[in-house]
Amino acid sequence: MLHVAIGKSLGAFALNVAFDAPAGVTAVFGRSGSGKTSVVNAVAGLLQPDAGKIAVGDKVLYDRQCRINLRPQHRSVGYVFQDARLFPHMSVHRNLTYGGTHDMARVIDVLGLGDLLHRRPAGLSGGEKQRVALGRALMSAPQILAMDEPLAALDAPRKAEILPYIERLRDEVQIPILYVSHDVSEVARLATTLVILEAGQVVASGPVGTVLSRPDVVPLLGVRDAGAVIGMKVAGRLLDDGLTELTFSGGRILMPGNLGKLGQSVRLRIPAQDVILATEPPKGISALNVLSVTITALEQGRGPGVAVGLRAGTDQLLARVTRRSAGRMGLAVGQQVYAIIKATAVGPEDIGG
Amino acid sequence: MIDQLGPAEWAAIRLSLRVALVATICALPVAIAVAYLLARKSFPGRQLLNGLVHLPLVLPPVVTGYLLLVLFGRQGALGAVLYDIFGITLAFRWTGAALAAAIMAFPLMVRAIRLAIEAVDQGLEQAAETLGASRWRIWGTITLPLILPGILAGAVLGFAKALGEFGATITFVAAIPGQTQTIPSAIYGLLQVPGGEGAVTGLVVISVVLAMGALLMSEWLAHRMSKRLGR
Repeated sequence: MLHVAIGKSLGAFALNVAFDAPAGVTAVFGRSGSGKTSVVNAVAGLLQPDAGKIAVGDKVLYDRQCRINLRPQHRSVGYVFQDARLFPHMSVHRNLTYGGTHDMARVIDVLGLGDLLHRRPAGLSGGEKQRVALGRALMSAPQILAMDEPLAALDAPRKAEILPYIERLRDEVQIPILYVSHDVSEVARLATTLVILEAGQVVASGPVGTVLSRPDVVPLLGVRDAGAVIGMKVAGRLLDDGLTELTFSGGRILMPGNLGKLGQSVRLRIPAQDVILATEPPKGISALNVLSVTITALEQGRGPGVAVGLRAGTDQLLARVTRRSAGRMGLAVGQQVYAIIKATAVGPEDIGG
Repeated sequence: MIDQLGPAEWAAIRLSLRVALVATICALPVAIAVAYLLARKSFPGRQLLNGLVHLPLVLPPVVTGYLLLVLFGRQGALGAVLYDIFGITLAFRWTGAALAAAIMAFPLMVRAIRLAIEAVDQGLEQAAETLGASRWRIWGTITLPLILPGILAGAVLGFAKALGEFGATITFVAAIPGQTQTIPSAIYGLLQVPGGEGAVTGLVVISVVLAMGALLMSEWLAHRMSKRLGR
């Protein structure tokens, strides 16, 4: 468990952040300039806060009151930088072993680095560089892993190439991973815990499913990016139609494509603007997925939209409708409605293991 | 041409090489340290140090030689201490010529090395820190290898300058044949007497060969290094 509670003034900008990061991926999300990287740098010891405390389990990394401020060398924070920062004059192998050889064989296997060992950083693709940087950080036997937008410099295919590696890491490595990002689909796919920063302050934090399905979070994420994340199980394949059947506490959903083996867990992000609401069971429509849901919250935005929190079974969904529709339908908290989800509205980047 | 060179001229060539080599080797570590201070650290007196380092570049060499004589002469402030405690005399000795050459070459070396240090991405050093490397390990494994081409350029530049240094040297240690007479002072001396042109031509050829050799070697080494750096 990583505990962060720090204050730092950087010119006109004031950072004031407190959160806990349990095992798994804790995503630090925010627009550029919200102070995400400063938080990670403070944890790694590259930026000294003015006040507060940082601790990993029992190990105190920084404590203003007790005058503790460990040097980066002694913090055991594996840091994966946005620009990889591989040592250009060393082979991949020497880069990897620079900080240690902890669990070397498995790291090389998990990250698929076997064929790169004798190459030079200059000859690697962006995705390969990030995999090496990740391996290098892991082999230094860190107590936590900090990743500062490791995919930001990569194009979509390279991202898709690395994401599965990070997912495997999340599931196999037992240390907390601090993951800075400004990409909601990345966060939805990887994070277990989510911390949202705005102008140096934490504006929302908690388990990713809970935070992303909060209607009041919609304006923070942006109308287009907001949407709930729900863990589901693969219940069957409809081979003739090329669909996968997924079940969760709120019912059954059909999605195009092969999303995994029978019984496998997947998480599905359902963008709020791709959910349509109806007060009566809809008939004669092309959408395959209709769920019976209860309205739990209505959040009036600044614009013409209303964010609607929905409960389906024990899971939370999010829909976004216009204020005009909400008024015409007479939507109210506690009301039973039908949520229509268009199967093809969910992009492949929104489906993770 | 070369066969016109007498024993005195060969002695001057040997002495010049020795002086330039010793001057370069002794000045290099100091130049690296000063370049690092100027490139990375902020401290009171930084501008003063910067000015002091560059002074020999802008001062008339004869003035530098005279100041060396005042400071390091047998009666000079530092010279007396060196003689009393270590029994070392610099004035009118080949070691004094090496000192003069080192002082004159120093600013050129510092400039080249400082540029190289400033070009190092400090993000790489930060990355090494987070991987648990100590400051000295970072210096030895990251910073030093990355600035090696700059150090080499500074060393070659300094060597060439030391080889050709004339004004400060002749003022500080004169031009005693076999003791302090380097190639430039030998050429100058030969030009003062009739019939010395043959030997002068020989010395000139040798000078050109030495300078070109140093230059080509540094180019070759720099090329090999940049290939090793993966650029």
